[in-house]
Amino acid sequence: MASWVRPRRIPIVRIVVIALFLAFVLAPLYWVAITSIKPSDDYLAVPPVWFPDAPTMVHYEAALFAYRGLQGLINSIIISISATILSVSVGTLMAYSLARFNTGGQHLSFWVLSQRFLPPIAIILPLFLNYRLVGLQDTHVGMIVAYTVFTLPVSVWMMFAYFRQMPRSLEEAALVDGCTRWGALWSVAMPLAAPGIVAAAVFTFIACWTEFFFALVLTSRNAFTLPTVFRAFLSFQGAQYGEASALAIVSLVPSIILGVLVQKHLVRGLTLGAVRG
Amino acid sequence: MADVKIKGLYKRYGSFEAVRGIDLDIPDGEFTVLVGPSGCGKSTLLRTIAGLEEISGGEIAIGGEVVNDMRPRDRDVAMVFQDYALYPHMTVRNNIGFGLKARKMPQPEIDSRVDAAATMLGITALMDRLPRQISGGQRQRVAIGRAVVRNPRLFLFDEPLSNLDAQLRDEMRGEIKRLHRDISTTMIYVTHDQIEAMTLADRIVLMRDGVIEQEGAPLDLFERPATTFVAGFLGSPKMTFLSGRMVRVEGAVTIALDDGPRLPLPEGRIPDVADGRAVILGVRPEHISRATGPAAAPGSARLDAVIEFLQPTGSRTYATFRLGRAQVMAEFEAHDTGRPGETVPLDLNLSRASMFDAATQRAI
Ligand SMILES: Nc1ncnc2c1ncn2[C@@H]1O[C@H](COP(=O)(O)OP(=O)(O)O)[C@@H](O)[C@H]1O
Ligand SMILES: [Mg+2]
Repeated sequence: MASWVRPRRIPIVRIVVIALFLAFVLAPLYWVAITSIKPSDDYLAVPPVWFPDAPTMVHYEAALFAYRGLQGLINSIIISISATILSVSVGTLMAYSLARFNTGGQHLSFWVLSQRFLPPIAIILPLFLNYRLVGLQDTHVGMIVAYTVFTLPVSVWMMFAYFRQMPRSLEEAALVDGCTRWGALWSVAMPLAAPGIVAAAVFTFIACWTEFFFALVLTSRNAFTLPTVFRAFLSFQGAQYGEASALAIVSLVPSIILGVLVQKHLVRGLTLGAVRG
Repeated sequence: MADVKIKGLYKRYGSFEAVRGIDLDIPDGEFTVLVGPSGCGKSTLLRTIAGLEEISGGEIAIGGEVVNDMRPRDRDVAMVFQDYALYPHMTVRNNIGFGLKARKMPQPEIDSRVDAAATMLGITALMDRLPRQISGGQRQRVAIGRAVVRNPRLFLFDEPLSNLDAQLRDEMRGEIKRLHRDISTTMIYVTHDQIEAMTLADRIVLMRDGVIEQEGAPLDLFERPATTFVAGFLGSPKMTFLSGRMVRVEGAVTIALDDGPRLPLPEGRIPDVADGRAVILGVRPEHISRATGPAAAPGSARLDAVIEFLQPTGSRTYATFRLGRAQVMAEFEAHDTGRPGETVPLDLNLSRASMFDAATQRAI
């Protein structure tokens, strides 16, 4: 007898939805990537140029050197990484203290989060004036401090949620077994909180990497970050599409590397993966 | 090896007192079970001994040394938790060896101790697995192994069997008892399960609302409960409480059950209370037997009662009777019961039954 194989259903709707979504996300990205290697004449050509005949790297050169994009990139890396490390380590310790010792009673933990309700514009001028006063204006240290403080509420809150769902008995077992508080934190709580720490670090890093407003006000020629470089392309003598696109591609690279590196942890961290044995 | 002495212990959470003035002396090598209903403060008491909770007042001494302000790691006690609390990111081997490593023992000695403990508990095949890769019963063994390997002077158990199914629980109960026989270290064991308490304990400490209601050997508490609370907590099926009054008639002393028969009290079991006083008679199923012979046995009262319903368990059958306004349960041989609706003569053993003052709920 002929075997009765049920035809496999093709999930048409799913494919269409995913294709539309990809087109929506990737098409502009493709356009930016292509624009970054197009000769200037092709930017707004009609009909549009889908792939340039003579790809060029001049926009990259101009963006990185003439417009000091490379300096901005280096500044951004230094500032974002330092602020991330500081924010996440201080945030993790603070969150641990809030979650385990109920530090500050019921209200301190909420107060920390409430700091995020404050619009940056409300504090930027006082900050600017204070920075000028103490000489932190347009310095790396100044930016690192500002970003650390600015991102701390979210790192604290993420790690607080993480520690709170982690059973206390694990650390208590470690304490009775022979650890000090620090020992229990280091050898039991921290390894189990690693996915949460990774998630908090990614959030913090992205927040710092893309921040524009603080950087605009607090930096000028020395500690300026990558996002602020874009001003130069879009304000003066018309738009420098090629240079802007080139720098956009450059600024994407770290995010992509980061995403690939931590993808696995990130999912676990965001879903607050249960750590029970 | 160490004894534990607790004096006037208090533990407050805000204005709530979880432990309210506990005095307890636990001799070296004894298996003490803290038992009581949920929320009575057993875990809190155990955790203050471990040093996981700061105490609000009083004193705890382990092995003659006051440990009030000592860190948990310096108390040299081991604890087994209800949820096992195995470190999820470490293998079974590292879980068991963790405490030794934290105390900077040389690795070869750690290895030999861990292997010995694993052999004793029959978990040698699991050593390289993670906690999530083994079953509940195996996790409990690992948790016990982690405690045993340290050779502490005191073991603390907080409801270690309550997450296991019934069969495994019976098995592990036996193993814990065997462990105590083999190493005879002082053990304090918390449970809300009276069977666990009765079977494991050298001594039961029965708690209620943060205080000790009664302490003593399991059978002493069972046979001579100090209060109706203790009497009702220990024993399954539960003790039946019958309310009545003391009545003296023609020299004899009787308990007149409310709306029920009068039961003459035997010599030597007559409490020193005023005539007419409200009392409670506590009767366990095994205090009632089917009457044989023409008259009640000495110390017993004969009465006729109607069987309401039967609950056979296989080896025994529990028969429920109506007596006055209350129901009482009796324990019979499996085939010697009768039928529901039938009236049968019973002998109630009043020299074993308990009596309480209705006003104070204390034994008389
Ligand atoms: N950290 C705490 N904060 C406030 N109340 C607590 C805390 N821990 C325990 N309690 C209260 O103390 C009482 C005793 O708790 P516990 O010792 O855990 O009881 P159990 O006898 O069931 O082990 C309970 O009423 C409980 O709600
Ligand atoms: Mg408890």
